[in-house]
Amino acid sequence: MEIFIFIVIIFYLLSTIGYFAYLFLQKNVFQQTGFYLLVAGFCCHTAGIGYRLIQSGHFPVNNLHEVLSIAGWTVAGVFLVFQYRFQLKILGVYAAPLVSFVMVIAAKFPNAPGQMNNILNNLWLVVHVVAVFIGEASFALACGVGLLYLLQEHAIKSKKHGFFFRRLPSLELLDTTGYACILTGFAMLTFGLITGFVYAKAVWGRFWSWDPKEIWSGITWLLYAALLHQRLTVGWRGRRAAIMAIIGFAIILFTFLGVNFLLQGHHGEFTKL
Amino acid sequence: MLDIVLMGLNHKTAPVTLRECLAFSEDETSAALKVFRESPAISEAMLISTCNRVEVLMATRDTSNAADTVKVFFSEFKDLPVSEFEKSLYIHEGDDAVRHVFRVASSLDSMVVGEPQILGQIKAAYQIATLKKTSGVLLNKLLHRTFFVAKRVRNETGIGDHAVSISYAAIELGRKIFGTFEGKKVLLIGAGEMAELAVEHLIRNRAGDILVANRTFKNGVELAKRFNGQAIRFEEITGFLEHADIIISSTGSPDYVVTRGQVKGIIRRRRNRPLFFIDIAVPRDIDPEINRLTNSYVYDIDDLKGIIDENIEDRNREAIKGERIVDEAVISFRQWFESLDVIPTIVELRNKMEDIAKGEIKKTLQTQKHFSDDDRKAISRMTNAMINKILHDPTLLLKSNGHHQNKSVYLDVTRKLFKLDE
Repeated sequence: MEIFIFIVIIFYLLSTIGYFAYLFLQKNVFQQTGFYLLVAGFCCHTAGIGYRLIQSGHFPVNNLHEVLSIAGWTVAGVFLVFQYRFQLKILGVYAAPLVSFVMVIAAKFPNAPGQMNNILNNLWLVVHVVAVFIGEASFALACGVGLLYLLQEHAIKSKKHGFFFRRLPSLELLDTTGYACILTGFAMLTFGLITGFVYAKAVWGRFWSWDPKEIWSGITWLLYAALLHQRLTVGWRGRRAAIMAIIGFAIILFTFLGVNFLLQGHHGEFTKL
Repeated sequence: MLDIVLMGLNHKTAPVTLRECLAFSEDETSAALKVFRESPAISEAMLISTCNRVEVLMATRDTSNAADTVKVFFSEFKDLPVSEFEKSLYIHEGDDAVRHVFRVASSLDSMVVGEPQILGQIKAAYQIATLKKTSGVLLNKLLHRTFFVAKRVRNETGIGDHAVSISYAAIELGRKIFGTFEGKKVLLIGAGEMAELAVEHLIRNRAGDILVANRTFKNGVELAKRFNGQAIRFEEITGFLEHADIIISSTGSPDYVVTRGQVKGIIRRRRNRPLFFIDIAVPRDIDPEINRLTNSYVYDIDDLKGIIDENIEDRNREAIKGERIVDEAVISFRQWFESLDVIPTIVELRNKMEDIAKGEIKKTLQTQKHFSDDDRKAISRMTNAMINKILHDPTLLLKSNGHHQNKSVYLDVTRKLFKLDE
């Protein structure tokens, strides 16, 4: 099992190097190499998670190590899909190091199998977890795209066409990609929350129990709902949308980790050490 | 021995008035090549004539004679005394000529480094030379190498990257904002060469509707007709800002034609779609404060010039890489060229030996009348064998590929030792 994580991290790190070589040297071959290395890492990662799933018989979100591993896996997967769809090659410079970082952190935590927890065998729960993770991975990418947008916009506005101006794509492409990320993320988050409610009803007999994570997830959902609403009604786009995507992701990070460490609640045990 | 010689003038050595006088049209080029072909001094020739240069590339055994032939021809054909243009002419021989051709074709010698037309112009010039059959072994090889080198320089360096004209720089910027111009509405305010050029570039990039606003409505209508667009009145500009995406302004107005207030009012109605202002006018037409509004970008002529200067610097930096590729190519061409030298030298050397032997045998046999036919044959066989043995080592040395650096020296010494050049 350890060896799996090790190989996966090596692939992700190599992919990161490939993308940075692309950033600096502007040769497409590096970008392609980075992409395929990430695909390879993702395949190994999938195999590792699948192995874990078969071995333990339940979805591996038992401790912080596993949760982070799943988070890295979904970010890699969602990035590959978006990369394929939008050809936003430079985004790898954000995604590959992010995935590598998450995986390195994951490897730092012990992977002791937690006590068998029957509640993890429920289909609703698995769907809930997967949907929420995919949603949050999309938001992570939206944040990265937003950062790139701000960099590029600054270059154009300030009329100082430095390093990034040549390397980054058009504002339009960044904006539409960011929008697509948020749309996907929002749909998945909504779906994740609904399945979560259904599951909560089945287990605890109520849809909503004022758990801190629930509250913060609700806040996140409202924030992205507001962003999408503004875009559809008055055309919030560009700079403001980019900033909102970054703020949104900061809140997600807090919901994802902060709540578990700082506040109590029934989501706590998934991130225990 | 044939040598490659290039003679001509370009934008660095001759003013445009002189270049104009000496420019050759396609038909004139053919006529010139016909004259060169008939000249005994010139073995192979081609003529390159563009707006920045007139050059004759030749293979000749007698450089000064060939150069004079060309000068006299220029003078007679263009009805211009030789003294008028002689000072502007440069003559390159051997490696220098080869390097010059490579540099010109790779656009390293161009007025705007990296401009792409020159390669096509050289290809066309070469085609005329092949049609007129004035290119031979040397020029064919040289030109094929040239095309290869030019391609390499273009692919492996960035000398062709990034715009170096105002209108192209504006288009490149627009691409960084909009990605594609498809369906983007363009509003042209005023008129002017640069502004109209920019509009034409946009149309070529499949921009959407073109709107033209002019203080004199009639002029606007005429211009709009040219772009297949629609003319609007000057007072209507504010209303149309809501629909236009790219605004190119070039009027003689002393005040701002579009102010911050006008744009601020329509941003919401545009649903925040980006607006790109290209201000080519002096004094400026577009309030620079507009650049601070969200999703609005204003570039004036100085901003665009700044970009161009940066791009030119970039190209010059890349040109250094190009020079290195050219240097490599010159060396490899020289190797080929020298290998071409070796065979004739060996043949000439052998001929000279055989001539001497034949002469001496004849002399000897004349005095020794009692030799039988068999004796005579034996003597001639013996001299042939001696020639073979004597020439064996020198031939091997000249043919060997081990020491390219020294090959020309060996060839030179051989030719001098045996007086092969007379």
